[in-house]
Amino acid sequence: MIDQQIDSATSKRPSPEKFFHSQLWQDNPALVQMLGLCPLLAVSNTLVNSIGLAFATIITVTLSNALVSASRHFLIREIRIPAYVLIIAGIVTITDLMMQAFFHEIHLSLGIFIPLIITNCAIIARAEIFASRNPVLPSVVDGIATGAGFAAVLCILGGLRELIGSGTLLSGAELLFGPHAAGWTLDFGANYSGLLLAILPPGAFIILGLLLAVKNLIDQSQANR
Amino acid sequence: MEPVNKPFRTGPLTVNTIMLLVIAALVPGTVIHIYLTGWGGLANLLVAAAAAMLFEYIVCVLRNKPVRETMGDHSALLTGLLIGLCLPPLVNLWIPIIAAAIAILLAKHIYGGLGNNIFNPAMVGYAAVLVSFPRDLSLWPTLPQSFDFGIIQTINIIANGGLVEYTHWDSLTGATTLDTARTSTGTAGQHITIGLERWTNIAFLCGGAVLLRLRLINWHIPVSLLATLSLCALIEQAINPNAAGLSVHLLAGATMLGAFFIATDPVSAAAGNTGRLIYGAGIGLLIWLIRTFGGYPDAVAFAVLLMNCTVPVLDYLEPWRWRK
Repeated sequence: MIDQQIDSATSKRPSPEKFFHSQLWQDNPALVQMLGLCPLLAVSNTLVNSIGLAFATIITVTLSNALVSASRHFLIREIRIPAYVLIIAGIVTITDLMMQAFFHEIHLSLGIFIPLIITNCAIIARAEIFASRNPVLPSVVDGIATGAGFAAVLCILGGLRELIGSGTLLSGAELLFGPHAAGWTLDFGANYSGLLLAILPPGAFIILGLLLAVKNLIDQSQANR
Repeated sequence: MEPVNKPFRTGPLTVNTIMLLVIAALVPGTVIHIYLTGWGGLANLLVAAAAAMLFEYIVCVLRNKPVRETMGDHSALLTGLLIGLCLPPLVNLWIPIIAAAIAILLAKHIYGGLGNNIFNPAMVGYAAVLVSFPRDLSLWPTLPQSFDFGIIQTINIIANGGLVEYTHWDSLTGATTLDTARTSTGTAGQHITIGLERWTNIAFLCGGAVLLRLRLINWHIPVSLLATLSLCALIEQAINPNAAGLSVHLLAGATMLGAFFIATDPVSAAAGNTGRLIYGAGIGLLIWLIRTFGGYPDAVAFAVLLMNCTVPVLDYLEPWRWRK
């Protein structure tokens, strides 16, 4: 009955475009809500690593939203959080094993951060805030939108850090996209020794902060218009 | 009509005057530094100071600040000079520019400009290039030959990637005193002598004494810093007679520059006397720890930055905060 009340309370559901605008820009999980910073900052040292983690996160958040939404009517309210954690952990384990099987090299370079997706607060936040109160289809859309928002920041951060830190883009692409991608690496300036700081952990914080500043600047200039 | 709230009596010490006096106190040490590092050291100072002023100007324009007033406080010039004094001669031309950019943009104006920065801007800029270009920044040319390079040759080297690109000139570079001290610790019978850089340190000590005399800085930070560093060095030497001794720790590297000109930065240092004593002692301890066990050429920058982090807590220790 509680669920029905909640469902009816949120019966005015936003359109899919709203989901994407909210999760990609306005309430971006990584850039605005600052959720899941641990994998975001630790893995984004190259673009390929970022893309690998981005895919894993999109899959996890979409599936977990779908399962949490499907099980929302028979979960006892008091133990819902442990149940979410179990669902997310199960999905992450599947993702982890699949990556180990099909993308072994990238799995090695991402290391502990694939299992650590379980602790990504962005995922459990969407389960609690959205999926547990809405039907399956909107939850899936919301999951894709959240994952895309996180993935976008992850890839921009990874690209910038790789570009500034070592002057390349997509180095090691063959790890993710197969042997034919070995030539995809873009090298900007062979003489560029790289601002090592960008690849080191402080660089992740500094560049994420600058991205947030750029986002605020764009928001401000739009508000002033 | 004249506005009545005009400052009728302008005190002798505006920010502008203080900064100029601090720069004046830096002059003797800087002259000796240039004598020891040659045109390369002079180029570092000029490039870093010019870049710092340029970035300060750009930020003033971007932030709609009055350029004359903001630039007039000379703090960007001081930041640039401190960066230039930290760098080894004959580094790539871009290194002082990047250091100045990070110092002015990321360490100072991101926080709101002079007076709001948590970290010492010059040290942030230096630390950023130190971790980014470890090979470039650990190459110190052997000191007495510094002026053997002409101006043209110096410009050629710094515009073409710095001394690190000329590593086949092995004879040019040598370990600094602190490097020798680190690598030789524990070897019996080896005596560490301080290079000519002791004169730089003595000159900075004199400049610092003038600042103390003019009451531009308080005695608390330099005294507790040097006392703690000396204590640590003496204990180390008592345990291990071959360790770098008191004189090495006090007169090599950037000890005096750090104690009197960097740690005493009024913005990023602790504000009360109790805090200042602990702040200085913490820097002294960290300098000794990083020099003895760390892997970088000198420790002053990291020690100052680490203690900058503690300043908000140290400021809570002041007795007047707890008095009703």
